[in-house]
Amino acid sequence: MFPASFEYLRTHSPDEAFAALQQHGSEARVLAGGQSLIPAMRYRLARPAVLVDINPIKELEFLKEENGFLRIGATTRDAALEFAPWILERYSLITAVSKVVADPIVRHMGTVVGSVCHNDPAGDWTATSLASRAVMVVRGKNGLREVPIDQFLVDSYTTAVEEGEMALELKIPIPDAHTQGSYQKIERKVGDYATCAAAVQISLNSDGTIRQAGIAITAAGPIAMRVAAAEAMLVGQKPTLELIKAAAAEAPKIASPNADQRGSAEYKKDMTRVLVGRGITEALQRLGVNA
Amino acid sequence: MNEIPVSIKINGKQVTATVESRTLLVHFIREQAGLTGTHVGCDSSSCGVCTVLLDGDKPVKSCTMFAAMAHGHEVTTVESLAPGGVLHPLQQAFWDQHGLQCGYCTPGMLMTSVALLKHNPNPTEHEIREGLSGNLCRCTGYNNIVKSVQQAAGVMSQAIPAAADD
Repeated sequence: MFPASFEYLRTHSPDEAFAALQQHGSEARVLAGGQSLIPAMRYRLARPAVLVDINPIKELEFLKEENGFLRIGATTRDAALEFAPWILERYSLITAVSKVVADPIVRHMGTVVGSVCHNDPAGDWTATSLASRAVMVVRGKNGLREVPIDQFLVDSYTTAVEEGEMALELKIPIPDAHTQGSYQKIERKVGDYATCAAAVQISLNSDGTIRQAGIAITAAGPIAMRVAAAEAMLVGQKPTLELIKAAAAEAPKIASPNADQRGSAEYKKDMTRVLVGRGITEALQRLGVNA
Repeated sequence: MNEIPVSIKINGKQVTATVESRTLLVHFIREQAGLTGTHVGCDSSSCGVCTVLLDGDKPVKSCTMFAAMAHGHEVTTVESLAPGGVLHPLQQAFWDQHGLQCGYCTPGMLMTSVALLKHNPNPTEHEIREGLSGNLCRCTGYNNIVKSVQQAAGVMSQAIPAAADD
């Protein structure tokens, strides 16, 4: 299976890439890690006439903390997060997800920003971005703009990146010492799409009440979704088993999974409840709370 | 036709050719460099038989990368493992432990294992299984592959102090 023919443009700076995207408009796609795009092109599900390769742009490959955010550049590989010891120490949600995205080989090419921009209905980084309240930096005709993840994820395979625009980096607020997360994923085998998954991040106040909750589910509808009702239920409360159960029960109410070889719609809906419950429990355990 | 000049250092040798932009790295390796040790398996980035190393230590699926993306980079394939016909400790271990039956997945298993042991010279059994989870084998049931990597890890970690003693 070979992709349809396309014009390949190698770019070495954000300016060069942006100019190419502006010139070719809807004909062009950005090529980052290519781990979703290239298979899609091989199956002829995608037939871009022009590919703008941003891999040679060294200044877009970064992973650093600045002004309260973890900044992940457009060509930063999944493996860069997986193998960074300081991520392992302080980012429990990202650490967990970075070990279960696709498979270990794919993670050496696949990029975080590319995955969020692909916005697959079963994406891991999209759910993680929702739970951690990330922001995408997008370059458009009028310069840079920061798009909160809830506005960025529009629909399956569709984001706020308009024709001729380019996502430059994902910014994730740095979790403080009273914040922990968990990623729960059911998959038939490594590398398969998730049957269902949940991303959770919990922050506590000094009195033990929940200050902030980020809860998202993926592979449970057209795109990864924030379970806002569960978040609202948790905030301001002391964690108890009853509270966790009640919050988790909100997930199936918004889930709309399709039945497929991975399970029935009813099964997947119930798994959103189970995984959100497990995620909250594990995040709290990491905060030293056994509800 | 959309063509592009591509130059890649493969196993230390610069290979330059003008190819269609849609040429996948695995086909560049097999057809332009003439190195057929790297196999094409599932054709859908699932099986890992096409795994090669990019820039020394990054295992990548060469069927899910355009040759143009490797331009200016170094690629290492299974052919590099046994210079002069002396088997790499991993190859010897796959032989000793029956880490293969039909052998189709073996080039990918070997290259992924080379990278695994570079990052983690003394992996646990669990780390080996996780590390190889992007490579499929339909013959062995994986147990003998895990034993092979364990044997090679032992041999390779002993080899370094022994060399230092000389």
